[in-house]
Amino acid sequence: MSTASPVEVEPTTTPDEITVLATPWVTIVWNDPVNLMSYVTYVFQKYFGYDKKKAEKLMLEVHEDGKSVVSSGSREEMERDVQAMHEYGLWATLDKQQ
Amino acid sequence: MSGFARHRRSKHIIATFTGFEADLLRSLAAQLVELLRNEAAVPRDDEDPFETLMDFSGPTTEPDDPVLARLFPTAYPADEEASAEFRRFTEGTLRDGKARAAITIIDCLEDAGLPPELTEEGLMIDVELDQPTAETWMRSFTDLRLALATRLEVEEGDEAYWHSLPDDDPRAQAHDIYDWVGYLQETLVHALSSR
Repeated sequence: MSTASPVEVEPTTTPDEITVLATPWVTIVWNDPVNLMSYVTYVFQKYFGYDKKKAEKLMLEVHEDGKSVVSSGSREEMERDVQAMHEYGLWATLDKQQ
Repeated sequence: MSGFARHRRSKHIIATFTGFEADLLRSLAAQLVELLRNEAAVPRDDEDPFETLMDFSGPTTEPDDPVLARLFPTAYPADEEASAEFRRFTEGTLRDGKARAAITIIDCLEDAGLPPELTEEGLMIDVELDQPTAETWMRSFTDLRLALATRLEVEEGDEAYWHSLPDDDPRAQAHDIYDWVGYLQETLVHALSSR
């Protein structure tokens, strides 16, 4: 269930900007020297329901770039995702979408 | 030492440990439970004792112990207030979940025949886990590895350093245990991924 919130949209706002406004938060997973690549891939598949290819791509981003944005959505949703990542022992934070 | 595998017929996840290995896993899990339950969540020296007793909400500041700080990271690195709120609502639940997961390992090992005190030579412990229980073990192995790695100050690509330590160095021995739990977790992830 959800209710519509009274958001005023500027008539000049483009569809892309509306999408950004609707999903302004992201979950970031950071690299650590401990977690196994296979485990991180498993967690991304299991929790987010991503297919193996996408989960491996995100895992490699974490491993090689030091971090990866693994999900985006409302602040409440991202807090749930960050809590779940902490439950799995991954180092996760949330931030506003850049 | 062969790690975990999926049983072909029952589809359960199985592993065989020596008594020594099972006892070691139990000891690691028990230490984690103790750590999760012992450290006072927040230093509250400045508060009224009665109020402290009546306050059931969670902690708001990062734990002092580096292991706990790693297990419960700050959610908003640039926003102290939001991090405190997040911690207040999540850390208690996360602590309980991690403690329960470690206790699951202990219970499974004891149900599989690990006695309270290991005295018998040549004892072998066969565990057989259903999918959800095996996933609980897998999660808890991460917590155990994070705890060991934080204590040892493990860093990315430092394997050569650990191999250079003499065998009788207690840190080398602890690192061997860390590697062993990593091996167990790797085989468990593969067993869980296979059908």
